Amino acid sequence: MRVAYWPGCVSRGFTPELHGSMAKVAPLLDLELIELDRACCTGAGVIAEHNQELADTLNARTFALAQQVDGAELMINICSTCQGAQSECQERLDANAEYRAHVNETLAGEGLSYERGLTNKNFLWLLVEEIGLERLRSLVTRPLYNLRVGPFYGCYIVRPRERLGIDREHPRDHYLHQLIEALGGTVIEYAGMRKCCGFPIVTMNKEASLRQAGRHLGDAVDAEADCLVTPCPLCHLNLDLQQPLAEQTVGRELDLPVLHLPQLVGLALGLEPGELGLNRHIVRPTSVIDWASAVVGAAA
Amino acid sequence: MAEVHRPAQQFTLRLRRYDPESGQAPYWDQHTIELEPHRSVLEGILQARDRVDGSIGIRCSCRQAICGSCGVRINGAPALACNTHLEAAARTGSDEVIEVEPMGNMPVLKDLIVDMDAVHWKKIRRVTPWLLAKQPVPEREYLVPRESMVDVTQTMACIQCGACVSDCLSMEVDPDFIGPAALAKAYRFVGDPRDDQQLERLNDLAQDPHGIFDCTHCFNCVDACPKDVDPMGQIMRLRRIATSDHHIVDRNNGQRHEAAFTGLVRDYGLNHEAELLSRSYGGNSWFGKFHPAAGKELLSSLPVVAKGLLRGKLDPRTAVLGHKLPKADLRSVHRIYERIEEREQRYELNLFITGYDEDLEPASPRDRSGSPDQPVAQAAAGEAAAGGPASGEADAASEGAPDLPSASAAAGASGGAASGASAGPAAEESGGAAGGGAAGSSPAHGAGGGGEQGAPSEDSSE
Repeated sequence: MRVAYWPGCVSRGFTPELHGSMAKVAPLLDLELIELDRACCTGAGVIAEHNQELADTLNARTFALAQQVDGAELMINICSTCQGAQSECQERLDANAEYRAHVNETLAGEGLSYERGLTNKNFLWLLVEEIGLERLRSLVTRPLYNLRVGPFYGCYIVRPRERLGIDREHPRDHYLHQLIEALGGTVIEYAGMRKCCGFPIVTMNKEASLRQAGRHLGDAVDAEADCLVTPCPLCHLNLDLQQPLAEQTVGRELDLPVLHLPQLVGLALGLEPGELGLNRHIVRPTSVIDWASAVVGAAA
Repeated sequence: MAEVHRPAQQFTLRLRRYDPESGQAPYWDQHTIELEPHRSVLEGILQARDRVDGSIGIRCSCRQAICGSCGVRINGAPALACNTHLEAAARTGSDEVIEVEPMGNMPVLKDLIVDMDAVHWKKIRRVTPWLLAKQPVPEREYLVPRESMVDVTQTMACIQCGACVSDCLSMEVDPDFIGPAALAKAYRFVGDPRDDQQLERLNDLAQDPHGIFDCTHCFNCVDACPKDVDPMGQIMRLRRIATSDHHIVDRNNGQRHEAAFTGLVRDYGLNHEAELLSRSYGGNSWFGKFHPAAGKELLSSLPVVAKGLLRGKLDPRTAVLGHKLPKADLRSVHRIYERIEEREQRYELNLFITGYDEDLEPASPRDRSGSPDQPVAQAAAGEAAAGGPASGEADAASEGAPDLPSASAAAGASGGAASGASAGPAAEESGGAAGGGAAGSSPAHGAGGGGEQGAPSEDSSE
C-alpha cells in the first residue's frame, strides 16, 4: 500500500527514533511511505490559537501536496498531535465550500488546491482499519508474551470524538488495547491512559505539566506495567525526556520506559531493540530489552 | 420513530454512594429498575429511590436538559442524567451495567450530589459574570449590530451544569485553574460589544497564572458539554484576542510561546524545539535564550538535554540549528503568512454558528477522517507546485534520518496552477447570504433567538 506520509516535526527533531523506527517497520507491513518533505508544521493547535485561517491554509497546503502523490491511497501521520490539528482544520475546510474556496484562493498563488475528501489517518488507525489485526497477527514473529504494556493514547486522537470519527463501528479510543493484544502483549489499564501528558502547558505551568506526567506514570507503575506505548511524540517528550523532572515533582521514583508505537510493532515483527532506537530513550527500556533478548534466547 | 411503544425492560444501575457525615467510606450500590429503553438514566435513578431506597441522593429539577442540575458521570464520562437514554447508557457500560458516579473535581455532598458552590460557582464569580456597561448608559436599550451578538450565542448556550468542570484535566492537577465553564463565561462578556472592560478582563485572565494560559488543550470539556459550548474553543479565542488584538504580554509565557511557535514555523517551516523552549521563556528572538528568565529555565533542563545528547537521542546539529523546509517551500510558507497576516480582520469560521454544508450527510465527519473508500490521489500525477522539486536544498537534515522516497522527488516537472484556483472571493460576499454558510468574523445566520439587540438579561446569578 502506497501512502502519503507526514512524519511531523518532532519525529525528525527531538524524537528521531520515531521516524527511524517507522521507516524500519513500514516495509514489513508492505507499506510504501512517500514522505511529504515539502509540507510544513501543522501548528499543533498553537498557530490556530494565533490565527485560525493561517493554520487552515498551511494545512490545506499539506493536504493538497498529499493529493498530488501519485497512486497514494491515503495520507498518514505518526503523531497524534498532528492528527488532531489536521482534523480540526480539515473539518472546517470540508464543512463549508465558500471557506474552502477562500483558502484555495490563497493556495492558488502557490499552484495548489485542496479538494474535499482527503482521508488522513494516524498510523494506529491505519494498522487496525487498513492493515487489519488479523493480518498483523499473522506477521508477528516475536509475540509480546508476558510483556505488560500500558496504552497512552494522547488527547488529540481520542477527542473530540465526533470530529475524529469515533463511534461503535470505529472504536478508535480502544485501538491501542486491540493492537497490544493482537501483538500478543498484556494490556495494563490505569487511570491516566486517555488523559493529558501535560506537554501543552510545559512552558506556561511547568509544575502542573510535570504533575500530570508524573501522576499517569505513577498510576501505570502501580498497575505493574513494564512499559507504556504512545502514538504521540509530544507525549513521549513529557513522559520520557522529562521523566526525571516529573519524578522530582511527584516525589517518587518512576523509571518506566515509554515506547513509540512503531517501536512496539517492530519488536513484535522481529526487529531488534537497537534497530528501533530503543537505546536512545532517556528512560532506558531495560525491562523491554531484557524481555526481547530473553524471548530470542528461548526461541533459539 | 418506527418503534414508538417499546415495552419496559430491566436495567441494572450501579450507584456510587457516599455520606461524608456518616464517617463511612464510599461504596457501590446496585439496583434493578424497569423502564422503557428510551427513558432517561435520571428516571431510572428516581425509580430506584422511590421504590427501593429513599436515601439515594440526586439533584434534579427540569428533567429536560435545561436547568443543569443533574450532572453526573455515567460509565466514567460526564453527562446530564436526564439527557442520557437508559438504552444508550447500557450499551456503553461493561456487561450492560450502568455505572453512575458524582462529578469530579468537586467535593461530594452526598451520593451523586457535589458541592457546586465550593468550586464551580466560585470560579464563575471570579470572572465578573455581568456586563460592565459602556458609559453613558443609554436611556433605552443598547443598539448593536445583530451579527455582533451571534458571536457570543455559543457561550450563552451554557446551562451551568458543571460537566466540563468535572473532567477538566488542568484542574485535576491545579485546583486553582479558573476552568472551562468560567472562562467560556468570560468570553461571553469579552465578546459582547456593549461591555466596556474588554482589555481589563483579558489582562486579568492572561496575567493570572491559573487563567487562560493554564488550559492544557485536552478537549475533555469539548466532549463533556451537553450544549456544544466548546469551552476550550472559547479559551483559545480569549488567547487570540489577548495576544493578537491587545498584544498583552503575560507573565506565564503564554504570549511568548504562541509568538515563538508561529514565528519559528514561518522561519523554518518546521518546529524547532530547542529555540521554541528558549524563546518561550526569554522572548521571541534568537537572543531569547540569553534572557535571564530563559537562562534559569534552560539551566534546570540542562541535565535532561545533556542526557539526550549522550544517548544519541538529540542530534546536536538538529538541536542547535533545527531543521528547515526546502527553500522554495519555505518561500511558499512565507507568502501564505504574509497574505493572511496582512488582512485587516482575522477570518474565522465557527461551525457552531454556520453549520455544515447541506450536501454533507450527518455522518460526514466520520467519513472524512475515516472511511477508506476515498482515495487521495485525485490530482494528476506529476503536477508539481510552483516551487518544483527541492529536496536537495533541505538544510540541516538530521543525520541518520531514514532515506524515504519523498513527494518532492516523485513529482516531476513543474506544473501550472492546480485546478479550482479561481473559485472566487468568498469573504466579502458571504456575510448576508441566507443560505450559504457565513464565513468570517460576522457570521449572519440567525442562529439562536437569544438577544439580538438590547440587553438580553442573561444568567449571571445562580
